Amino acid sequence: MRPGDALSYDYTVAKYFMYTTLVFGIIGMLIGVVLAFQLAYPDLNYLAGEYSTFSRLRPLHTNGVVYGFMLSGIFSTWYYLGQRVLKVSMSESKFLMFIGKLHFWLYVVVILLAVVSLFAGVTTSKEYAELEWPIDILVVVVWVLWGVSIFGLIGIRREKTIYISLWYYMATFLGIAMLYLFNNMEIPTRLLTGMGSWLHSVSMYAGTNDALVQWWWGHNAVAFVFTVGILAQVYYFLPKESGQAVYSYKLSLFSFWSLMFVYLWAGGHHLIYSTVPDWVQTMGSVFSVVLILPSWGSGINMLLTMKGEWNQLRDNPLIKFMVLATTFYMFSTLEGPILSIKSVNALAHFTDWIPGHVHDGTLGWVGFMTIAAMYHMVPRMFKREIYSKSLMEAQFWIQTTGIVLFFASMWIAGITQGMMWRATDEYGNLAYSFIDTVTVLVPYYWIRAIGGLLYLIGFFMFTYNMVKSFSSSKVVEKEPQNASPMAA
Amino acid sequence: MFSWLEKNPFFFAVFLFIVIAYAGIVEILPDFADSARPIEGKKPYSVLQLSGRHVYISDSCNACHSQLIRPFKSETDRYGAYSKSGEFAYDRPFLWGSKRTGPDLMRVGNYRTTDWHENHMKDPVSVVPGSIMPAYTHMFKKNADIETAYAEALTVKKAFNVPYDKEGMPKLGTWDESKAQVMAEAKVIVDQMKDQDVKDAFARGEIRQIVAIIAYLNSLK
Repeated sequence: MRPGDALSYDYTVAKYFMYTTLVFGIIGMLIGVVLAFQLAYPDLNYLAGEYSTFSRLRPLHTNGVVYGFMLSGIFSTWYYLGQRVLKVSMSESKFLMFIGKLHFWLYVVVILLAVVSLFAGVTTSKEYAELEWPIDILVVVVWVLWGVSIFGLIGIRREKTIYISLWYYMATFLGIAMLYLFNNMEIPTRLLTGMGSWLHSVSMYAGTNDALVQWWWGHNAVAFVFTVGILAQVYYFLPKESGQAVYSYKLSLFSFWSLMFVYLWAGGHHLIYSTVPDWVQTMGSVFSVVLILPSWGSGINMLLTMKGEWNQLRDNPLIKFMVLATTFYMFSTLEGPILSIKSVNALAHFTDWIPGHVHDGTLGWVGFMTIAAMYHMVPRMFKREIYSKSLMEAQFWIQTTGIVLFFASMWIAGITQGMMWRATDEYGNLAYSFIDTVTVLVPYYWIRAIGGLLYLIGFFMFTYNMVKSFSSSKVVEKEPQNASPMAA
Repeated sequence: MFSWLEKNPFFFAVFLFIVIAYAGIVEILPDFADSARPIEGKKPYSVLQLSGRHVYISDSCNACHSQLIRPFKSETDRYGAYSKSGEFAYDRPFLWGSKRTGPDLMRVGNYRTTDWHENHMKDPVSVVPGSIMPAYTHMFKKNADIETAYAEALTVKKAFNVPYDKEGMPKLGTWDESKAQVMAEAKVIVDQMKDQDVKDAFARGEIRQIVAIIAYLNSLK
C-alpha cells in the first residue's frame, strides 16, 4: 500500500460472527424464555422428555447466551474495529485471514458440540464451565486462535499507539485464558483406568478448593467478559457514533488499570458464609465494594462523553441504546457490591435476586451494547443504511420494558424468599416450610417470563431489521461519519 | 509509564497479565494445603453412590438444589448442622450450587427415605403439593453407568490417594469384586422400592439410574 491510499478493511470474519450473534442470540434467549415459563408452569418441562427439563436446559441457556451470543458479539466487533484502530486491513495478511476464518469455524464446531453434549447431560456441573474435557481442549484452541489474531494484527499495525478498546480486548484474552486453564484442570478417567466412558473426567481439586477455583472462574470469567469485553465496544462505538471524543483519558487510564487490579478478588463474594476461610470471604466482599470505583469511572467517562450533546439521545436510537447500556452497567455494578456485603448476602444468596442481578447486567448492559454495536457496524460493513429507525425505537422500548419487569419481579421474589426462609414464629420455630417459599413466588415467575418474552420479541425485531439492512435497504455510497444513516 | 506501555503492546500484555493474576495467587494458593483434609469419620463414596452422583450431575440437580448449609439458625433448624470444610474432602467436583429453587440437600439422607425419593422422582407433586420440580421418570428406565463410576473411584485412588481399601474405608477391589458389592448395595434399595420395572431389571442384573441416585441421596448425611 502506498502512502495516501485509503485503506479498505476486510470484514469477512466480522460478518460471520455477526450472523452467529443473531442466531445464537435467538437460540439462547429462546431457551431462557422457556426456562422462565417452566418455573411458572411446570408442565412445560415435558416438551421433549428428559431433554427438556429445567435442569437440562439451564446450562444450555447460560452457555448459549454467554458463549454463543455474547462472545460472537465480542469477536465480531474485534474483527471490525481491530483493523480500524490499528490502521491495517486483514486482507493485507493471508495468514491472519486464515487464522480469522479458522477461529470462526472451529468456534462454531465447539458451540455445536456444546449443545449436543449438554442436551445429552454430559456436564462437569461447574457453572459456566460445564463442558467435558475433549471440548475444553477445543475451546483452548479457539481461544489461542483469537489471541493469534489479536497479537498478529497488533504486530503489523500502522498506528503506533494502542487504543483503549484494544487494552480491553487484550485483557479479555489474557484473563480468560488463565482462569479457564486453571478451572478446567481435570483427569480423564478412561485414560488412567482404561474403563468407563471416554467423556468422563474428575476434577483436580476437591471440595472447598474446587469451589474456590470454580468461583474464581465463575464470577471472574463471566463477569470479566461481560464487563471488559463490552467496555472495549463502548469505548469505540459511543465516541464514533456520537462524534464526541472520550471525555477523559486520565479517567480511562484510572478505570482500566484499577479494574484489572481489583477485579479478580471479587470471585470470593460467591463464597460468603461457605467453608472457605473467613479472610477470603472478607476480601471478596471488600474488594467487590471497591470495584464500584473503576466501574463507575468507565460509566461516568462514557456519560460525560455525551456532555453538551444530549439532544442526540432524542434523535438517534443508537445513542439511546448505548447510553441506557451504560446506565445499566452502572446500576448493575452498584447492585453487585451491595449483594457482596455480608449481611445483604446472607439474605440474598441462593435466592432469585441473584438471577435478577445477572439479568439487569446481561440484558441491559451486554445485550443493549451488543445490539448497538451491530447497528453501528452494519451500514459500514454492508454499505447500506439501517432498514428502519421506527422499528429500532419500538424495539428499544419493548426491550426496556422487558428488562424492568424482569429485574423488578426478581428483586421482590428474592427478598420475599430470603425473608421467608429465615422467618420464625413467636416461639422461635421456622414459620414456613420450604414449599411455602416456592408457591408464593409463582406470580413473580410469570412476570419475569413475560419480561423475558418481551426482550426476545425485541430481539426478533432486531434480527429482522438487521436481515433487511443486509439485503434490501438503501445503498450508502460513502462511508458514513458519526451518526449511522437509517431509514425512517 | 502508561503511555510508553501503550506503544509497546508486548510489555503492555506482560504487565497486564501480572496485574490480573496476582489476586488469584494471593487468594487461592494459601488455602490449598489446609482445607483439603477430610473431617474425622468422613468416608469416600461407594461405587454405587458415585454412580448416583453422576446421575445427579448429569441431570443438573445442582441447578436448583444447594449442598451447603450456612451457619445461620434458620438453616440449621431447617437442614441440620452447618457445613464444615472437611466434609467435602472427597467431593470432586463440589456441588454447593448457587440457587435454591428447591431445598438444600446436604443432609437429606437424615430425613428422607428411599420410598420418599422414589415417589418424589416419579411425581413430585404427589409428595410435595405445589412443587415445581419436573418428574424424572427416565431415571426408572435407564441404567446407571457403574463402570464409569468404578473408573472414577480407581482414578482418585491412584491420583489423589483417596483411601479406598484402607481399614474402615469402603472397599474398591477389582472390577468383579466391585460389581458384586454394587449389586449387594443396590439390593437393599431395590427391596425398599415399589416400581416393578426396576425390580425386574435388577433381577436381570441391571441397575436403574433411580437406584443409584437414591443410594447417593441416602448417603448425604
